[in-house]
Amino acid sequence: MSSHNHNHVHTVADDIKEKTFQDVSLCYQCGKCSAGCPVRYYMDIAPNKIVRLIQLGFYEEALKSETPWLCAGCMTCSTRCPQEFDLAKFMDAVRELALEKGVKVNKNHIVKFHESFLNQIKRFGRSWEIGLIAEYKLKTLDLMQDVDSAPDMLIKGKLEMIPHKVKDKKSVKNIFSRTAKK
Amino acid sequence: MKLGYFPGCSQTGTAKEYDISLRKVVEKLGASFDEIQDWTCCGATSAHVTNHLLANSLSMRNIALAEQQGLDDIVAPCAACYNRLVTSQHEIQTHPELKQEVELVLDKKLGKEIKVMNLIELFMKIGSEKITANRIKELKNLKVACYYGCLLVRPAAITHFDDAEQPSSMESLVELTGAKPVDWNYKVECCGAAHTLARRDIVLDLSKKILDDAKEHGANVMVVACPMCHSNLDMRQRAMKREYPEHKDFPVLYLTELLGLALGMDEKELGINKHTVEFKYNELPADKAAV
Ligand code: SF4
Ligand code: SF4
Repeated sequence: MSSHNHNHVHTVADDIKEKTFQDVSLCYQCGKCSAGCPVRYYMDIAPNKIVRLIQLGFYEEALKSETPWLCAGCMTCSTRCPQEFDLAKFMDAVRELALEKGVKVNKNHIVKFHESFLNQIKRFGRSWEIGLIAEYKLKTLDLMQDVDSAPDMLIKGKLEMIPHKVKDKKSVKNIFSRTAKK
Repeated sequence: MKLGYFPGCSQTGTAKEYDISLRKVVEKLGASFDEIQDWTCCGATSAHVTNHLLANSLSMRNIALAEQQGLDDIVAPCAACYNRLVTSQHEIQTHPELKQEVELVLDKKLGKEIKVMNLIELFMKIGSEKITANRIKELKNLKVACYYGCLLVRPAAITHFDDAEQPSSMESLVELTGAKPVDWNYKVECCGAAHTLARRDIVLDLSKKILDDAKEHGANVMVVACPMCHSNLDMRQRAMKREYPEHKDFPVLYLTELLGLALGMDEKELGINKHTVEFKYNELPADKAAV
């Protein structure tokens, strides 16, 4: 948890440590993670550079980058890191903090997708494709994407018209309310 | 030893055929499992990328239910669910403070360790002898690219399953059907499943590279063990053709469907007709085996 040194201000690096149980100073910037990252060329800043920004205290630059949102969570980096730094988990924490701190991220379609997905679970306890697609489309007005796969799923009976609902609604409600960010 | 089944959301919708073929194959091999009653979504991937406590609580609710139901092991055929469940177990076992937080959220003490298996581990447990003994059809015409993706093998320190860079367990199972696995480069590359709706451009790009590499290495079918991979690699081929007109259809089967065919079931029974890219073993062009 945070340091008890009284000169110490609680930093973003501390927040990350609390969420991931690992210290960003572990990373020695070899760049192996970015070399093997499958979405590196879509990112504005390389994954290892995000770690560097946090190490050096450039928190805003790191939190508003698109990189954490484009990270696909494939864990190639975490598997290959010579320092056993779990970069995928670090990216999870950076996203979580960007949301907690209300940082405006450029590519917010991805954020809207996650919100829409989690809203289905909050309502039903399980994911529901039609609800997810409808909510996501409404939020993003991205109406044309997926026009080719949705009819296919309908014809093949893969889209459920009615969501499957978890019976123990109370436990689902508690999970969401007790883990909600203040 | 009582085996439990955590289907996961895809199994009840877009990956119905995976559920159907899994149940049929398991039954044919003389094994059985009980579905975890009233399970919830594991939250993959949206929960863990935005709220770690939510993610761990959703996963652990299911483990706690399995425990209540007296299950010893559970199988999670979706690689994403499997990964979330084993990761959450690992997190709460290694960080007592997190365990306490999750217990408060769930109003439950988390006790017994339950072994969560992925699909490949399930069949290894059932045993290769059973598969060989029940095999009716030798799938000689198939040259298979076994695709593991990210979440079955990574991170190795948590999944403790196969080699993270060069896994081979799926190939061993495929060989039991008489099909021939090919050597190729993209078996653990990411298909971008997390971005399936929001960044289709990335998904199409990554998925196409995977399919192309399989073709280049002489495969005539790909086999997967994850509904998210399947929807990117199969369902997205229609969009892929629009984006990359040179793309040619390439069939992608679930491992359970391949096993089902070898155990004598037909495509319709196994739900293979629900795929976007058609696959009929008997209509496989002779030369396709050597594409
Ligand atoms: S591979 Fe590990 S040590 Fe090297 S730059 Fe990436 S996170 Fe840092
Ligand atoms: S987990 Fe994210 S940062 Fe790491 S290799 Fe995969 S996409 Fe890149």
